[in-house]
Amino acid sequence: MTRAVVRPAEALRPQTHDEVDMSTSLAGLDLPSPILTASGCAAAGKELDQFFDITEIGAVVTKSIMPEPRSGRATPRMAETPSGMLNSIGLQGPGIASFIERDLAWLRQRGARAVVSIAGDTVDDYARLAKTLRMQEGISAIEVNISCPNVEDRGKVFACDAGSSSAVIQAVRRNTDSRVPILAKLSPDVTDITTIALACVRAGADGLSVINTLLGMVIDTDRLRPALAGVTGGLSGPAIRPVAVRCVWQIRQALPDVPILGMGGVRTGLDALQFLLAGANAVSVGTMVFNDPSAPLRVHRELQTALAERGFTRLVDAISYAHGYLDRDQQTLDPIDEDVDAVADEQ
Amino acid sequence: MPMQYRSEVVSSRRAGQYHVLTLTAGSISETTKPGHFLGVAIGGDESGLLLRRAFSIHGVQERGVFGGTVDIVVAAHGPGTRWLVGRHRADPLDIIGPLGRPFSLPRDPVSCALVGGGYGSAPLFMLAEHLRARGCRVDMVLGASTEEKLFGVLEAKRMASTVTITTDDGTLGETGRVTDALGKVMDDHDTDVVYACGPMPMLAAVADMASDRGVYSQCAVEESMACGVGVCMTCVLPVIGDDGVTRMVRSCVEGPVFRGDRVRWSDVGTIPPDTLGAPAVEGGTR
Repeated sequence: MTRAVVRPAEALRPQTHDEVDMSTSLAGLDLPSPILTASGCAAAGKELDQFFDITEIGAVVTKSIMPEPRSGRATPRMAETPSGMLNSIGLQGPGIASFIERDLAWLRQRGARAVVSIAGDTVDDYARLAKTLRMQEGISAIEVNISCPNVEDRGKVFACDAGSSSAVIQAVRRNTDSRVPILAKLSPDVTDITTIALACVRAGADGLSVINTLLGMVIDTDRLRPALAGVTGGLSGPAIRPVAVRCVWQIRQALPDVPILGMGGVRTGLDALQFLLAGANAVSVGTMVFNDPSAPLRVHRELQTALAERGFTRLVDAISYAHGYLDRDQQTLDPIDEDVDAVADEQ
Repeated sequence: MPMQYRSEVVSSRRAGQYHVLTLTAGSISETTKPGHFLGVAIGGDESGLLLRRAFSIHGVQERGVFGGTVDIVVAAHGPGTRWLVGRHRADPLDIIGPLGRPFSLPRDPVSCALVGGGYGSAPLFMLAEHLRARGCRVDMVLGASTEEKLFGVLEAKRMASTVTITTDDGTLGETGRVTDALGKVMDDHDTDVVYACGPMPMLAAVADMASDRGVYSQCAVEESMACGVGVCMTCVLPVIGDDGVTRMVRSCVEGPVFRGDRVRWSDVGTIPPDTLGAPAVEGGTR
């Protein structure tokens, strides 16, 4: 695999040091670092704090919490796949009351920015969760995990239906302090992700988390049955990165101003840079934490170096930068040559 | 507290069907207790095998030519472990440890039976040393399907008052399983505590035998893990808490060592209906 290093020299002066301003803004939330954890890949931060200082990254996105304690699914819950993994945990968790009392309290006391992910079986579950969280301090944002089966719609996943997604986001928005941004976490398992993105934004989402896992399946060829007790599971890791970058790109094109938290298989600083260039305002590191528990801070540092090498003095200048590639090619062309299509064909 | 360490392979040697790897480990070797385990990243920085493999720590050397080192025992039965046994001296490895909850040690000099199945016996030798240092009696029972799959027979003979070997095919020691021999060992030596490590069905049988005799048991479980540090929730099994409530608990941080009478062995792989937060409608599992 080769990577061509393209310096945006026409637009920006080359950087000689790595003092790049890494701060970013996500749906009105000012973050000193663009790197966050991803829901379900960091618990509530405490375990990872043993390996790196979790207050140094943008925020900890906590594992999706539901109204009541939940046992999750039977084991096996996980299967390793090429450059990824399949999981079917089933949202095991202690319920919102215990989460607030223990996990949120710990994050607050630790001084970490917390993005609280919520999940429900019904629209009303989400509304109740938002109401409960409204009384809590120290929540930077709420991420709404809509990749859950809607028990009121024969188990159809909320995120796969614009109407259901919209209903959930409206319910959360109505019950959340207007100063607390809410992010809708989108599923890539849809025909047109921009349709769902637009529905969520119209329903009051301040930003979008892109993407959740892809539905997948592995068959155990020794036991001649599905590898997971839950039969199907969510695929994550570097294997899904191109899908995730594509989703961010498409949403950025459809909705030029919507704040995006990009994620999906981010392993290195250059991976994070792909997401920024595609249009993400911040980036989550998820599954790679299982491989490298200090990955979020490492990715932050690698990204800083990568930005400096490409002449960026501020991270925010890299956001959506790749979308301007045709215009930039145009500027560097001989003024006589105005054949845009020919340029595009060369890409 | 666990730490991540850029380790190097000091040596890799064969032991029957297994490989014993000695790895530089810095201060991990100073904080390791018997029953702790190590998470080893596979295949280097660009590997397509993302999940760390967990190995119980077989031994430690706190100070040596290479500083602190740890030993792990590897059975090459998949692509990750095959890669690992192919490492040579001075090859880099990314390790995290010490992980998990170690064996708890008795305050008094009691009689202990240590039971190992296959290379599950790996952590028992370090445990035996600690128990002996406290004046405990140590009897060991090691079993495997066949002689080649036993691990640490000679080491056991150096450390334990008695060593009983069982193999399913009778290639070494008594023909049968560890549980066929354990009863006599416990009777002969008035065992107060049983420590066990090995495959789940063996642990279930050992824990039941101990419970039947009113003997305290500690079992180190082997559950498949993704992260090893408590964030992914894949390595759970049903365990009864001090409050009598069954929860799906993480074997990486709340284990791998559990009280034998607290694990619901026959329900492993399922969500028992009385588990905290069990699905109400479908009533359990698959």
